[in-house]
Amino acid sequence: MKTNATASPLKITRNRLYTLIALGAFVVLAIVADLFFDAFTLRVFNLCAIYIVLALSLNMLNGFTGLFSLGHAGFMAVGAYVCALLTMSPQLKDMNFFLMPMVPWLRNVTIPFLPAIIIGGLAAAFVGFLIGAPVLRLRDDYLAIATLGFGEIIRVLITNAQPITNGAQGLKGLPRFSTTFTVWIAAALVTLFMVLLMRSSYGRAMKAVRDDELAAEAMGINVFKVKVTSFTVSSFLAGIGGALLGHMITTIDPKMFTFMLTFNILLIVVLGGIGSISGSVIAAVVVTILMEVLRFLDEPLNFIVFKTAAMPGLRMVVFSILLMVVVIYRQRGLMGNKEFSWDMLTGLFVRKGRKGGTNV
Amino acid sequence: MTLSLLLQHIVNALSLGSLYALIAIGYTMVYGILRLINFAHGDVFMLGAYVAFYGITLVSLPWWAALLIAIVLTAMFGIGLERVAYKPLRDSPRISIMISAIGASFLLESLGVLIFGGRPKGVPVPEVLSRVIRIGPVSTVVISLIIPLFTFGLLAVLVYIVNRTKTGMAMRAVSTDIEASRLMAVDVNRIVSFTFGIGSLLAAFGGIMWSFKYPQLNPLMGVMPGLKCFIAAVIGGIGSIGGAVLGGFLLGGIEIMIVAFLPTLSGYRDAFAFVLLIVVLLVKPTGLLGKRQTEKV
Repeated sequence: MKTNATASPLKITRNRLYTLIALGAFVVLAIVADLFFDAFTLRVFNLCAIYIVLALSLNMLNGFTGLFSLGHAGFMAVGAYVCALLTMSPQLKDMNFFLMPMVPWLRNVTIPFLPAIIIGGLAAAFVGFLIGAPVLRLRDDYLAIATLGFGEIIRVLITNAQPITNGAQGLKGLPRFSTTFTVWIAAALVTLFMVLLMRSSYGRAMKAVRDDELAAEAMGINVFKVKVTSFTVSSFLAGIGGALLGHMITTIDPKMFTFMLTFNILLIVVLGGIGSISGSVIAAVVVTILMEVLRFLDEPLNFIVFKTAAMPGLRMVVFSILLMVVVIYRQRGLMGNKEFSWDMLTGLFVRKGRKGGTNV
Repeated sequence: MTLSLLLQHIVNALSLGSLYALIAIGYTMVYGILRLINFAHGDVFMLGAYVAFYGITLVSLPWWAALLIAIVLTAMFGIGLERVAYKPLRDSPRISIMISAIGASFLLESLGVLIFGGRPKGVPVPEVLSRVIRIGPVSTVVISLIIPLFTFGLLAVLVYIVNRTKTGMAMRAVSTDIEASRLMAVDVNRIVSFTFGIGSLLAAFGGIMWSFKYPQLNPLMGVMPGLKCFIAAVIGGIGSIGGAVLGGFLLGGIEIMIVAFLPTLSGYRDAFAFVLLIVVLLVKPTGLLGKRQTEKV
């Protein structure tokens, strides 16, 4: 989103200056938000960052590798649970596990957030690898259904593994580690990672697989390996996103990670443009804010973002219609498979008659 | 386990399997013709049950009249859904049409919450259907016997339509090759509508029978049966009606038997279908009765 290649590394071009200004403005915004926003607004602001991570992770599969996966909520659940179980203190665990005691080897483990979230991501990546290796032999709709199935299986397993996960009761009172600082650093790192990845030979291989599998294979790309790699990395990012989400809402339970959650992320990816990093970033922010702004449509006082008990009504009607309208009338979404650039923006404004302002 | 208990389970498995088969047919026919997973099919099933429910409670129709009207209305709705959500995307990449189907499914569910209310509703089961009867050692409610009977009746009609009528021939032609059948003067749009009509009709019938057997309605009631029946269709071999029926009965049977014989695993009940799906996809990706397709470059 905020990078320009082509010119020599150190020369300050006009566009690079814009990027620096935008970045600086954003850092100021984040600091202001952290200091002055009320709890709810700040939460929405931070949720945007988490959705950026999640949308990029799904876009990597759907958009860049052409693998239509619907099981993302499952990987998020793995990341969220592993990370939460590692960061919770033994006392907190005892408070949660009142129905059935927790397995002792896990009860006494408490580690800091950073290693925990990475282990959470790695666990999700491992699960993704295990699932991906067999499932990625399937194509299109079969792949979608199989991943959907695995997402459900992960959820059912978590619900039933009560001594480890506390089953349907979920985990409450997680330490709130997902601060403004943490989530936006994560979002920035993931965005940067995606930009660099897509410029590397790995990224090109993924796009080649998406565009034409046979041709890619003929060019000497190990298609299966690329698919599994993409699936694993995407699961890793989903796990990170899930862990961040868990430590922001501070409550996780299996019902949070239904297909509904995958739907929200899919909405962002489709709206932003399948195969566009900047599209995903913009759409993540827009959709997250819209989801909250439109909340008045059904329940004005429901602060928790995914509450399946109080099923969203009208708001979800609006979003489903939005998704369908975009798919039917503007399949490219916001950005198509292009990326944001300053030239594009200035071009837009010059054509529309010199309006000023460059806000990201 | 006594013989009578076993027979009891078999009756249960038969009626659950029939319901699965009815819904699975809708998936398999639509997939056969458009290569589309109609994610909204489970929600059409939900809609049928609700329409019949309101027919009985609000308009106080006799249950059979409500059933007939609900089936007709739902079939028309299914046709309309295809026109609005799928037809504009017929030539688009398959991912687009699938996203549209997912959107349609969520739209119907949230509309259901909005219009029917999220709280579950109790269904007034007609007395004729909820009566308990005894056949030899087995005692069961009438509905559990009626479901398989009606299912087989409908299946016979369906098989006749597909194999013996001109429309059926056109359906088979379209599912083999849309372009070629268009050249042969088949009205593709009419056939697609007809297919959606039949699929929705069967789903509505299944939904209403489901609501008489498990007398509770909620707007998300179609999600799990919908997913499972799609799985049934894939297991049987998607595109094949016989496969859908086989898959439906297989899934219903396995589910009932596992809960009956291994009660400790009943918490995993909803995961069985997915495990089975993945095993079948990996071992025989075209399903039990599916034809092998060769990939052309």
